[in-house]
Amino acid sequence: MDKFKTLTSTIVPLPNQNVDTDQIIPARFLKATTREGFGDNLFRDWRYDEQGNPVDGFILNDPNVTGEILVAGKNFGSGSSREHAAWAIYDYGFKAVVSSFFADIFKNNALNNGLLPVQVTDAFLQKIFDLYEKESETQLRINLNDQSITLLTTGEAESFDINPYKKYCLENGYDDIDYLISQREKIEKFEEETLYSV
Amino acid sequence: MQPEISKPVTNMGKTLFDKIWDAHVVSSIENGPDVLYIDRHFIHEVTSPQAFNGLAQRGIGVARPKQTIATADHNVPTKDQHLPIKEALSRTQVNKLTENCAKFGVELYGLGHPFQGIVHVIGPELGITLPGMTIVCGDSHTSTHGAFGSVAFGIGTSEVEQVLATQCILQTKPKKMKIEVNGELGEGVSSKDIVLYIIAQITASGGTGYFVEFAGSAIRSLSMEARMTICNMSIEMGARGGMIAPDETTFEYIRGREFAPKGKEFDRLVDFWRTLPSDPDAKYDEVLTFDAADITPFITYGTNPGMGIKITDSVPVLEDVPEAEQNSFTKSLSYMGLEPGQPLLGKKVNYVFIGSCTNSRIEDLRKVADLVTGRQKASHVNAMIIPGSKQVEQQAREEGLDQIFKEAGFELRQPGCSACLGMNEDKVPKGEYCVSTSNRNFEGRQGPGARTFLASPLTAAATAINGYISDVRELLTEPQLV
Repeated sequence: MDKFKTLTSTIVPLPNQNVDTDQIIPARFLKATTREGFGDNLFRDWRYDEQGNPVDGFILNDPNVTGEILVAGKNFGSGSSREHAAWAIYDYGFKAVVSSFFADIFKNNALNNGLLPVQVTDAFLQKIFDLYEKESETQLRINLNDQSITLLTTGEAESFDINPYKKYCLENGYDDIDYLISQREKIEKFEEETLYSV
Repeated sequence: MQPEISKPVTNMGKTLFDKIWDAHVVSSIENGPDVLYIDRHFIHEVTSPQAFNGLAQRGIGVARPKQTIATADHNVPTKDQHLPIKEALSRTQVNKLTENCAKFGVELYGLGHPFQGIVHVIGPELGITLPGMTIVCGDSHTSTHGAFGSVAFGIGTSEVEQVLATQCILQTKPKKMKIEVNGELGEGVSSKDIVLYIIAQITASGGTGYFVEFAGSAIRSLSMEARMTICNMSIEMGARGGMIAPDETTFEYIRGREFAPKGKEFDRLVDFWRTLPSDPDAKYDEVLTFDAADITPFITYGTNPGMGIKITDSVPVLEDVPEAEQNSFTKSLSYMGLEPGQPLLGKKVNYVFIGSCTNSRIEDLRKVADLVTGRQKASHVNAMIIPGSKQVEQQAREEGLDQIFKEAGFELRQPGCSACLGMNEDKVPKGEYCVSTSNRNFEGRQGPGARTFLASPLTAAATAINGYISDVRELLTEPQLV
């Protein structure tokens, strides 16, 4: 997993609420057996028409809009547990997603892939969208160490929560499996007493 | 099975959820997640290949293959399952599961196996799912198994890899919510209506961050299969999982099933299972109470499962929607081709899908069969019934339900996830309406451009008969030719 320390970037706004993982990556694109390449089909049915032509007006199709931070409406990543959603967003080139509310499984999946979910207040999210309307070049700075997110143009900032263990993993590029494997002895000892192990 | 089951799980003040979670914590990271031991791990072809690749790259095997159960369900065709899968990518993915299971020593109930079926249908029906267990699967509807009083939740593929590698998962303990539904359900109202009603009340994100325990007299009165439908859709309110305390209904359902413990071992477990229900003074972070009398047949009109109404109501008008949600509401109605304020009853529908891990069990099929006996589907409706498993399919045939469906013009096919998510050939065409017994009405869920109305099997069957969205209660009072 790649390390995450700080990120300063322009943003890609997607104000829709309740963006579910079927929109992020539709089920028919889940047939790969590796983790690579899902970015090509990120937001597939909003991004391309049936013939595969880019849909005018969809934000990812605007050549003037680029950035490593996706800023999305409330309740982002709901629905299916498919980790392919986090892979698709990361593979496309995003390093962080900002929203005022994330679905639980998506948040875990993102953190397990070095993609930082930053939960801000509804008011701050609206500020980002409003500022973007006036000034599309506006940049956000996300500092994981001090858990802050700042609108560079105005200097307005907010702090965000992250589990200290997950923060440590992201800052160092560690994943959970390394940790769990290191716990093997404890797990085996636990199993001796547990009811349903076979 | 280990001999001792007298762990101190009955400390006063604990919820059902606490008792099971706490008994499975191997260790805890300070200010971090718990290392949670997993009793049973279900896997399927879509969310497992990358996890197996990860094991291969690390040069390790599956830690507890006997606690891992595999089936092929998401991609499989629902016709001619004896033939090779036509679609190349689906075939590759299903074959990859077969290869991985053989290589890593995991039992696979693949295509053609008498136990094959939707992962959340086969676990319970085979007696693998038991009260007090921790159960995970790379699928958000794993919450289904919570109906047995187990802690069951969906996980991502990195987490599938964690469980394959160590039989444990790193997980932060969620908050606890109790949702009580008290009273008696009316005629034609089923557990699907209960859960659609609850989601509409608390929204599609109202349960996020929580594990939900469903309780109350209306829940207690439900069969196991009806309870599974409710727990199945806990994720649609954003909850990490849902569960129901085990009781006599639970024990009787489990008794005698293929892999369920038998004889004295079963009796001993029942004694343990009786200790699981929440203590009277247990604390929840949130408690919600609903009255069963307020619940009628329910249907969704929008593109998330929280956008639901009583079947006799009209689509909300813009002014009734909170301002912050008005854009999403308008976008949703535009996708659905509906107008604010429009009634849904009478809306012409060309597709009806009865199936999915929510509603594809034998009781669902029996209810549909009872309603359609002596009736005919409308000629313009394509009505598909996809049983949840080979065993459900077999039982339906033994009970003669297949003949009833045939005479009524419904097509009974072979088991799989099918048109719930359209990973196989079963898709709803662009722009078409489908009344579906599945769990998600997201844009494009049943096929690009497909428009989904979520409802109960009875509402779906009534709609197929009339050819338009119907209130099943009207059909129930009509004389039926039998």
